Amino acid sequence: MRNIFSRRQEAPVKTEEQEALDQAVQKTREGVFNRISGLFRQPIITEETWDELEDLLIQADVGPATAMRLVEGARKQVEREELKTPVEAETAVRRQMVEVLGEDHHKPLESMPSGTIVLIVGVNGSGKTTSIAKLGDYLSRRNRSVMLAAADTFRAAAIDQLRVWAERIKAPVIAHQQDADPGAVVFDAVKAAQARGVDFVLVDTAGRLHTKFNLMEELQKIKRVAHKAGPESPMVSLLVLDATTGQNAILQAKAFLQTVQVDGIILAKLDGTAKGGVAFSVYNELKVPIWYVGTGEKAHDFAPFDHLEFVNALFE
Amino acid sequence: MFEALSDRLTDIFSGLRARGALTERDVDQAMREIRMSLLEADVNFKVVKQFVARVKERSIGAEVMQSLTPGQQVVKIVHEELLEVLGEPARLALSQTPPSVILLAGLQGSGKTTTAAKLAVALRKQGQHPLLVALDVYRPAAIDQLISLGKQLNVPVYSEGTKGEPEKIAANAVQYARKNAFSVVIMDTAGRLHIDEQMMSELQRIERRVEPNEVLLVADAMTGQDAVHAAEEFHRTVNLTGLILTKMDGDARGGAALSIRAVTGVPVKYMGTGEKTDALEQFHPDRLAQRILGMGDVLSLIEKAQETINEDEARRLEKKMRTASFDLEDFLQQFRQVRKMGPLTQILEMIPGMRSTMKQMGGMPNLDDREVKRVEAIITSMTMQERRNPGLIDGSRRRRIARGSGTTVQEVNQLLNQFKEAQKMMKQLTSGKLRLPKGMMGV
Repeated sequence: MRNIFSRRQEAPVKTEEQEALDQAVQKTREGVFNRISGLFRQPIITEETWDELEDLLIQADVGPATAMRLVEGARKQVEREELKTPVEAETAVRRQMVEVLGEDHHKPLESMPSGTIVLIVGVNGSGKTTSIAKLGDYLSRRNRSVMLAAADTFRAAAIDQLRVWAERIKAPVIAHQQDADPGAVVFDAVKAAQARGVDFVLVDTAGRLHTKFNLMEELQKIKRVAHKAGPESPMVSLLVLDATTGQNAILQAKAFLQTVQVDGIILAKLDGTAKGGVAFSVYNELKVPIWYVGTGEKAHDFAPFDHLEFVNALFE
Repeated sequence: MFEALSDRLTDIFSGLRARGALTERDVDQAMREIRMSLLEADVNFKVVKQFVARVKERSIGAEVMQSLTPGQQVVKIVHEELLEVLGEPARLALSQTPPSVILLAGLQGSGKTTTAAKLAVALRKQGQHPLLVALDVYRPAAIDQLISLGKQLNVPVYSEGTKGEPEKIAANAVQYARKNAFSVVIMDTAGRLHIDEQMMSELQRIERRVEPNEVLLVADAMTGQDAVHAAEEFHRTVNLTGLILTKMDGDARGGAALSIRAVTGVPVKYMGTGEKTDALEQFHPDRLAQRILGMGDVLSLIEKAQETINEDEARRLEKKMRTASFDLEDFLQQFRQVRKMGPLTQILEMIPGMRSTMKQMGGMPNLDDREVKRVEAIITSMTMQERRNPGLIDGSRRRRIARGSGTTVQEVNQLLNQFKEAQKMMKQLTSGKLRLPKGMMGV
């Protein structure tokens, strides 16, 4: 195995060792969680079963600490209730996962009163603009009217991107020029929504790394301005999290939680081989619920998060 | 939340007084911590396993050097092994016969378009004549984004709109570059999932058509365990020649880079470190290794300081400190300069060992922005004379300053006391009784 760690300057040619690792990686591609089920189809449960379960959870980005907690919990339950069969043990694992993930993630945005302001925040490239379009489409299909506010005035062509989406989902969009004050965009959008009696203003904010102090301050300002424009309007902040993100998601969620009191998470890009396991850790550490998941490139690839379904899907 | 590995190992070995060789038991415990630390840094778990096995092999029986604690000894081994895996910094291999073609590929949202623009700027600085090519015909306004970046940077962008096949546009772009004497062509492709066969085969068609000199995978530093799968699939499809790790200006530890390098052997070539178009750095294996270990990043701190702190000013202040004629006005100026570097807690965390020191002192100090503003308000409410000679400030002046700055007399007192303490410390420093780490004073 040593060779795979050797220094190489040229465009790499695969060695035998690399091929071996390839094969191993290929296996995980077939689905981490499918293999969890496989684990419990063996006749008996051994020490290795638990070790492998921990590895599988870590592979799904659950994170080492949460993975350990899940395994320990399930293990204790098996001992306490003197469960013998693998099937019973699998049930115990599922129960642990459901417990860590918490219940009742989905707060139905669609039943919130007219005039609700929804602030969509997240780091660069997490999928905010696409998620807004999907959320807008999702609400429209439930006969709630939406308006999009193009408050990402920083990234080149972000406004155009939102406009294209607005056209596709047939929603009005309020936009200023590139580099305009995002607060002013939000103010106008909230006022326009009030005038037209629109149910939801979905605010697309610029991507910002949670470590950028000034940009996080700007987000607070946007929120203050929105509140000023609509003091009576309910305000919801949703964090868009890329499902391929690793343990940094916890730090992201924490920072956005502190800045704008994130109400829920949209878990985007859950369409690759990434399992979004970090959602377990985020919930475990911060208790921020997941509201929606994004699962593809089309407007309707979007669904409310169901924690039971999520856990069950992991075992299928 | 994520403790630096060095802090963890220090905890483990703190009971261990004896010097000599490391025993298997000591090492086993250390390996568990190393495993946790690497997993928290998002290094792929299979890579972690192999890595830990190698570190263990080297550690057992290793002589603990006189100058190091056992914990430091293990950290040193880990660090060396990390450097071994990360490899030497690799440069772009441009063609002898221009135009060279650089193809950028990656998942959605990894930062390809921004990186394309940054790369153009970096190459232009090296005397190249770059052409940007917009091949993302799918994402709404992706082409507009590249065109508008090109306009900002004054780099020409080749585009045929959203109609047409990317491989044809790519081939036309190379033709265009040849005719118009561009020396390097940077192709921005659509973000694609590695399991999307159609999109992956499109990428392959582009590659075969233009035969690029470099195929660079643009990967997000925050990516989790799945990074290796994506990288493997891209490598299988288009033979990657390098990796660009983006969003390194956040606090992700960047373990994905280690995984990708270990699994594919592809070297890291650049790191994206900010939203500005010049925020693209050559890869420094040493810094990334320290970062993956959560060991703080003194080099980045010094660079940050160099960027924001005016050198003459720093020298002037340093001299004042030495001659102990440092007054509140100087204090204010230095304070403002440090503030420009970012939130103080973040700066403190970059200093190795600071996290554990702070923990011993009962947590990071509360250096929030309000605190900082208050200090500034108090000092700016003083007359210049008062700032130069704080001894002047009596009770009535204190009341006036408190009123002027919207604070209380207690708060003014507190600041004045803190300043007195700081002055005392400076005197000790200059008289050699106290020592700061090298490079921390002045720039």
